[in-house]
Amino acid sequence: MRRDRVHRRIPVSGASVTIRVNRAFGPVVEGEAVVSGEGFSPRYDLDRWSGVITKRGHPLEGVNIRDKVLFFPTAKGGIAAGWAFFDIKAKGLAPRALVFGVTNPVMVQGAVFANLTITEGWSRAPRECIRSGDIVRVDPAAKTIRLLKRGG
Amino acid sequence: MRLNAEERAMLRGERGEPVRRALELQLEVGKFYNARRFVPVTNVHMMGDIEVMGDSGLDHLCRLAQAGARCEVPVTTNARCFDFAYVDRLGQDAGEAAKERRLIGWLRQMNVVTTDTCINYQTVYQPHFGERLAWGDTGTVIWANSVCGARSNFESGPAAMAAAMTGRVPEYGFHLDPHRRGTFVVEVLAEPKDYAEWGAMAKLVGESHQSYFAVPVFTGVKRAPTADELKHLGAALASYGSMAMYHMVGVTPEAPTLRAALGGRKPRGRMRITRADIERVFAGYRNPDNSCNFVVFSGPQQSLLEMRQLADLFDGRRVHPGTTVMVTTANGVLSAARALGYAQKLETAGVTILEGVCVYILQNLTRMRAANGWTNMISNSAKIVNTITAHKFNTILRRTHECVEIACTGVFR
Repeated sequence: MRRDRVHRRIPVSGASVTIRVNRAFGPVVEGEAVVSGEGFSPRYDLDRWSGVITKRGHPLEGVNIRDKVLFFPTAKGGIAAGWAFFDIKAKGLAPRALVFGVTNPVMVQGAVFANLTITEGWSRAPRECIRSGDIVRVDPAAKTIRLLKRGG
Repeated sequence: MRLNAEERAMLRGERGEPVRRALELQLEVGKFYNARRFVPVTNVHMMGDIEVMGDSGLDHLCRLAQAGARCEVPVTTNARCFDFAYVDRLGQDAGEAAKERRLIGWLRQMNVVTTDTCINYQTVYQPHFGERLAWGDTGTVIWANSVCGARSNFESGPAAMAAAMTGRVPEYGFHLDPHRRGTFVVEVLAEPKDYAEWGAMAKLVGESHQSYFAVPVFTGVKRAPTADELKHLGAALASYGSMAMYHMVGVTPEAPTLRAALGGRKPRGRMRITRADIERVFAGYRNPDNSCNFVVFSGPQQSLLEMRQLADLFDGRRVHPGTTVMVTTANGVLSAARALGYAQKLETAGVTILEGVCVYILQNLTRMRAANGWTNMISNSAKIVNTITAHKFNTILRRTHECVEIACTGVFR
């Protein structure tokens, strides 16, 4: 029931969907959205040699994060993540952007070090207006995330 | 951000390219968090090993060292991914071990003290109240902020390295009074009796309040906790909740009273931890194949007193055939544990003691797991039960004596 209600709130065209974010760093990027209800750590959840989320039971278990715009409500742990974004970027496995509801400095430091787009805070919950598979544009200077195209 | 003359000179490259780039990185992070200025730090603790850094991180360090980068303040290193005495026995990659040796060489060339410990606060450096730090490893940061009243944000490897070169950090987060105040209250109605129970409590608090800026205030703790109990509590809060600070009324220095801990503000929420809540954590772990051949005491490394407890529990017993038990600790602790006979008792029982590492960052761990048929990892550390999961372990938290019992009998309970 609850899921049905959430889906009804997602507009069909999506042309007007814009999320404002509180803080942001990095270049403007566009990419396929992956929306998670669970938080993320590139150390706890990710196989850094394949780019696939491998934590058992994670809602995105089996999903490859390469070139995706990732939406997570929170960041988990862990200092070791600071090197991880630079590492996966060098391996060609990095996402295009990390969009967090609440993040921590490790993610920010790691993203800045890897020159990866990162944002924190949102004016509306992405799960209410963006689906995994949609194409979105993240503009850190404007502090906006815009839905460009609905996924298939 | 307001920059002083020294910082402007750094940005002009007057202290060399590595320092310029280090300050640029810190400036971007500071801007992200609306920091107004930089503040000096007196100590840096960084995470840097080949497993977390990868080849790209090694190349980065190599370039820094070759460009003449030097650390301005004392820097120690966190646990790493190799105990070189065990590379062959653990089936680790000799090529990666060689890279790790090069990496250590670069760090030492840059004036880094390679202590290889995640319990620097128990073994190397005890910061004073109000001291500003740039510490990596979340467990060290939450200890410094909460137990010492020192001030640090989570400073990951590249950020800690930058702080080491510039001698400063952007002032945001836990450098500022408003963020250090408690945000919610945890009434402790249970009396945690084991490190695993302190960790279980932290799991409940952390998972339900995941936020870097959430600061729990524990009240009702019935007896003075030991340093190792606070270590497990903090490490697990940081791991499950991404938290960098807690207060414990009557115990930690910024919490003489509940009111002081909250800084006069109303808490955003309250929760209670009962004995039943803690028991539910332990009951919540599943063991699908009933195997229990991998038992770990690590994450954080063991203190000397934990080593003594384990030596007592394993004394005169043998690890069950086919079971691997790993204990990790720091060089200085292991040295003392040998002098005191604790290490010999553990080794006689068949326990593997690894120095300067943490199990969850061991190089080659995923393949090690598969090669040894380890499906479950059993530990008394709530932190490692959380952190090791990317290696596809099913993880189970058990109390210290239960872990020892499982290790010696091969029977899961």
